[in-house]
Amino acid sequence: MFKIIHAAFLAPGIKRFVIEAPRIARKQKPGQFVILRIYEEGERIPVTIENSDPERGTINIVVQAAGKTTRLLNSLETGNSILDVVGPLGKPSEIANYGTVVVVGGGVGTAMAYPTALALKKAGNRVLSIVGARNKELVILEPEMRAVSDALMITTDDGSYADKGFVTDKLRQLIENGTRIDLVIAVGPIVMMRAVAELTRKENIHTVVSLNPIMIDGTGMCGGCRVMIDGKSEFACVDGPEFDAHKVDFAVLVQRNGMYRDAEQRSLADFESAKAREPEAACAATTTSQGDQR
Amino acid sequence: MTTTAKKSLNPLSPKERIKVPRQLMPEQPADERAHTFTEVNLGYSAELAQQEALRCLECAKPTCTDNCPVGVKVKEFVEKIVIGDFLGAAATIREDNVLPAVTGRVCPQEDQCEGKCLLSKKVKPLGIGYLERFVADYEQRMGTHIMPHASPTGKKVAVVGSGPSGLTVAGDLIQKGHAVRVFEALHEVGGVLVYGIPEFRLPKQIVREQIAYMKEMGVEFETDVVIGRTVTVDELLEEEGYDAVYIGTGAGLPQFMNIPGEHLNGVYSANEFLTRINLMKAYKFPTYDEPMIDLHGKDVAVIGGGNTALDAIRSALRLGARKAYVIYRRSEAEMPARAEEAHHARQEGIDFQMLTAPVEFVSDGKGWLTAARCVRMELGEPDASGRRRPVPKEGSEFDLPLSVAIIAIGTSANPIVQSTTPGLGTTKRGYIQASEETQRTTRKGVFAGGDIVTGSATVILAMGAGRRAAKSIHEYLTTGQW
Repeated sequence: MFKIIHAAFLAPGIKRFVIEAPRIARKQKPGQFVILRIYEEGERIPVTIENSDPERGTINIVVQAAGKTTRLLNSLETGNSILDVVGPLGKPSEIANYGTVVVVGGGVGTAMAYPTALALKKAGNRVLSIVGARNKELVILEPEMRAVSDALMITTDDGSYADKGFVTDKLRQLIENGTRIDLVIAVGPIVMMRAVAELTRKENIHTVVSLNPIMIDGTGMCGGCRVMIDGKSEFACVDGPEFDAHKVDFAVLVQRNGMYRDAEQRSLADFESAKAREPEAACAATTTSQGDQR
Repeated sequence: MTTTAKKSLNPLSPKERIKVPRQLMPEQPADERAHTFTEVNLGYSAELAQQEALRCLECAKPTCTDNCPVGVKVKEFVEKIVIGDFLGAAATIREDNVLPAVTGRVCPQEDQCEGKCLLSKKVKPLGIGYLERFVADYEQRMGTHIMPHASPTGKKVAVVGSGPSGLTVAGDLIQKGHAVRVFEALHEVGGVLVYGIPEFRLPKQIVREQIAYMKEMGVEFETDVVIGRTVTVDELLEEEGYDAVYIGTGAGLPQFMNIPGEHLNGVYSANEFLTRINLMKAYKFPTYDEPMIDLHGKDVAVIGGGNTALDAIRSALRLGARKAYVIYRRSEAEMPARAEEAHHARQEGIDFQMLTAPVEFVSDGKGWLTAARCVRMELGEPDASGRRRPVPKEGSEFDLPLSVAIIAIGTSANPIVQSTTPGLGTTKRGYIQASEETQRTTRKGVFAGGDIVTGSATVILAMGAGRRAAKSIHEYLTTGQW
């Protein structure tokens, strides 16, 4: 059992948990994630690690309510426990002094982009960050991202905060302004990562994305997380989760992530109707579209 | 070799023993069991077991024991069954085998103990696996376990992976008085015994009981730890104070065929398919949250001819598949699966498409599998494995309509421990280098065995490696010599 030391919403439906996990806290590096399971009948889901504190033995995870499991998770409070937390999984981000790096975080993906931006800054890079969200309320980690960036640009889809538009609009502006960009790292919804990849492909800018396929064990056993990279199957849990964006077959990723849509919707509907019968057990999460955590 | 021959407790003469027929294993009728995950084999009664035990010829040089990777003293335990000392028989087995209820069910006995049984020259071999299972189940029902009483040595051993080889190492070393802690990456202990082998062949309750027994003996288990990620081998040795580490992380990444359409929805690796069912209980969705494709009324095929392939397709049948095929590129004679499983699968109505190989998975245009494009094969010259190489027959292409295809053609090495342990030698194929005799790796104090050394093999071979490793770890801990 892994105890929740602190839990608080960062935005509607997006909650940050500080969890006691000393082994993971010691080892966590930017770009890695954990897999967790809340209760005995629960599924295993991959979740972003936003930060860790090796001395306190805690990790921070950020969870966006989408399906049943993430909504249940977001109903947990300080003092509750999570049955299983395993990690840190995946290869860490490759941190080096590249020169100028653009870090793009979309929605809850910003939580995964943040530790990478921090490490890149510490490694001596000029870090230009672009954070995108659907609206003002869903912009997360703004002060944290600002603190580790030489410049921070924010976009909202509806224009309710900062600039109206998409992260790619900002990235395009940077390119058009002649900014020298040595590397782009993008973490967020698949559509966003694909759009970033298409944009930088034309400019021949090396781009890394963090993929979020369906995953079960996360340790290189089941092969469920296979993604098509340069026409070949690779496994996001051991070969990734970060890959060269220009080699990723995003269409396959979208298709495979939709494999259980019917089951996911059924789980969610059952959960919501159970919750309606027991309003006191309702979780505080507001809904967002079905999607995942990374 | 014999001095004064001990008088046999078996009342029958050798000639009479040969006349006793091999006692059939009672099993659930095929038409009933094809729809349920309850165990196929029901187990011997005490009467059947004693009757079967009478058949043992009590060879002076028991080839059964020689041919057992862990060296179970078959003749001795069978004689105890003859006289009705079932707990004594269990104790005899346990001297060499810490998981008798498991091996009694899943060992390929025809390739091991029973394969060399003298009886098989004239009649059917002694039912050693059935007898082992009977004795182990009897012991469990009686609830009496014989506890080891070695005095503590003060040495600590870390075992990486809680599958058959890791459990064997743990069980053997705890009986020598060493402290043992087993690290498991998943949330449940047992490795392939819980995520891989289905309930109808190995009930999970059996595995849980064997593990509970090990806990009683003092073995500690820690789940949710991925060695190499959560903590490294070096940290175990240098910071956590372990005197030796055994790596038994098992087979790794599933292999794919690299044919078009392999990424389609509906194409699973056997590992994923079986993990969803066995570990995550996806077949109980929505009571359990992990989903899987609803197989009711669907046509399903597995590609491959090993035990994993048969486990997968027989699971699919139990989950309501309308047609369930095994597609295998060689003929049935070359199938590596246990003979009993192939026999059971046929009884249950699995359709064996032998000498057949898929060349493409066909999409419905929306990303879902709709058919496997296959070719028929014929056997040509023997290949490196000594088996005749299958060669495609020209113009034999056909489409087999399918909703789900499960790929069970083997695995390749999981790289996590190797890539995070400096100085740990690996083979060309990425497996860990270990001595066949001592299971020592190229790193002092680090041992390895099972599938992470040999590539995919069987439970009993992994246990054999565990046995050898435990012996050599004990030697190392006692002498300090590497």
